[in-house]
Amino acid sequence: MRILKFLLVKEFKQIFRNKAILVVIMVMPVIQLIILPLATNFEVKNIALAVVDNDHSDYSRALISKITSSGYFRLSGYCNSYNEALVLVEQDKSDLILQIPPHFESVLLRENSERLFIAVNAINGVKAGLGSGYINEIIQQYNQQLRSKLQVPGKFNLGPTIQIQSSNWYNPNLNYQLFMVPGIMALLVTIVGGFLSALNIVKEKEAGTIEQINVSPVKKYHFVLGKLIPFWILGNVVFTLGLLVAFCIYGIVPLGSLITLYTFVMVYLLAILGFGLLISTFCDTQQQAMLIMFFFIMIFILMGGLFTSIDSMPDWAKMAAKFNPVSYFIAVMRMVIIKGSGLYDIRGHLLTVLGFAIVLNAGAIVNYRKTF
Amino acid sequence: MEQVIVCNGLTKRFGDFTAVDSITFEVNKGEIFGFLGANGAGKTTAMRMLCGLSTPSSGKATIAGFDVYKQTEQIKKNIGYMSQKFSLYDDLTVQENITFFAGIYGISDAEIKKNGDDLLLRLGMQDQAKKMVSSLPLGWKQKLAFSTAVIHKPKIVFLDEPTGGVDPVTRRQFWELIYEAADNGITIFVTTHYMDEAEYCKRVSIMVDGKVAALDTPSNLKEQFGANTMDEVFYHLAREAKRGE
Repeated sequence: MRILKFLLVKEFKQIFRNKAILVVIMVMPVIQLIILPLATNFEVKNIALAVVDNDHSDYSRALISKITSSGYFRLSGYCNSYNEALVLVEQDKSDLILQIPPHFESVLLRENSERLFIAVNAINGVKAGLGSGYINEIIQQYNQQLRSKLQVPGKFNLGPTIQIQSSNWYNPNLNYQLFMVPGIMALLVTIVGGFLSALNIVKEKEAGTIEQINVSPVKKYHFVLGKLIPFWILGNVVFTLGLLVAFCIYGIVPLGSLITLYTFVMVYLLAILGFGLLISTFCDTQQQAMLIMFFFIMIFILMGGLFTSIDSMPDWAKMAAKFNPVSYFIAVMRMVIIKGSGLYDIRGHLLTVLGFAIVLNAGAIVNYRKTF
Repeated sequence: MEQVIVCNGLTKRFGDFTAVDSITFEVNKGEIFGFLGANGAGKTTAMRMLCGLSTPSSGKATIAGFDVYKQTEQIKKNIGYMSQKFSLYDDLTVQENITFFAGIYGISDAEIKKNGDDLLLRLGMQDQAKKMVSSLPLGWKQKLAFSTAVIHKPKIVFLDEPTGGVDPVTRRQFWELIYEAADNGITIFVTTHYMDEAEYCKRVSIMVDGKVAALDTPSNLKEQFGANTMDEVFYHLAREAKRGE
């Protein structure tokens, strides 16, 4: 125990003397939590719309004003021909073209049906999909309006219609930040835990100080604990800072209990620190450790369900996500903070991550034995 | 005479390559033992086995009476080690380094204080105690590294090219520290490429291609090879090496 005390004192002194680490620990969570949730907004607004109105009737004008007043579309061009509108798309000034055919109003009134043409710039798939979805919905609504206006009272309805009324559970206002902030907190804890632990040990290899420790009576578990404990504490500090920022800036208060959250974070940190440790046993320089860590963290995050739902990934990706500790963390953060899940609800996630922690740390210790 | 290092047919193979080929020698208590050899002759590998950092492929060896196969933890408690790569913590002060390296050997707080103060006094570094190690000149760092390597009063200290890149005056001072430690009964096991330093040793072994090619006092070696200096002795032996660098 006495040896461990000396190792810990040394480690904390080194950490608090390293300005770069302090900045990473204290400033990064705040900045990232302020910027990322606002920037990674999936709600598509301000879609640039070019209109080719060949009708110039009351109906066509009403349709256009209905679309532009929805808030999702911005009229970027009012063109005389489709080709003219296409030029706007080519210049990246318009995302979507709505073509209203000549005699739109009269044909519609006479024949009870008419066709509209929409062309979408699909370079940005998300924007294209959502944009055409929105505009379809608006046109549907417009259609509904027309039908009820034209319907003669007393006369039968033209046909049965189904109306869907949905209610949004857990996030009634579909507040995007409520969805993103917990995920980004998971990301922060992962980065701090994974990178700092891996780099720190490799730094000792580079400096040659690890050799000096190896010839001393310091045992491997002393050394590993001496590295795990400081970064485990720092990880918890970063997480606490994240919770504070989420509360102060976004007013997010976890619906579930803090005990549940911290229990999971504490176990998760063991897993991610073990991962950093394992990586460090394979590397001789900080550069190698950095690159390898970067590779894994990038995949962990992009495939962890932070930005895109795991449920909509192909089967092989879903399998891969099962081996991705970050995906469990992001899921648990959302479950506890937004939905108010308790320890019993997250028990599966907790046990899996505990399994990761055991396997990764054991792997690190075994692998150390070989390289020492 | 008590023998603190006993080596018998110690061998280390890496695959087909025999880095250390059945070396046999003894080192007496309080002796300054020079361990010479060209680059790649197997010195560092041999030293790592003696320190318990690497398990031998075959042969026997005991360090301070402890077996290099089974009792590496006891060996580590009884030796000091200073590598050719400078290995104090740059981002800790002189005092903090002393406390840390004394502490991990399980020395009591009172002893850490006393040994640390003695060390600073001996090196004349009392004023530097609170300075970062990174701010010290290399020569001072090396002297400090040596003193920290023996702060727990080990039976044997292993020095792997301790004076590389150090100026002649500091080297002389460094050897004064080594003599002082030897006078206190610490056995010194040192590798070096400086042949004037070899003359400072009580006995010298010269490794060629993983084998001990010669082992005697410097004066006997010079006589044996009809040479005037250790330089000539070394050259005579090392040029027969088949192994490249």
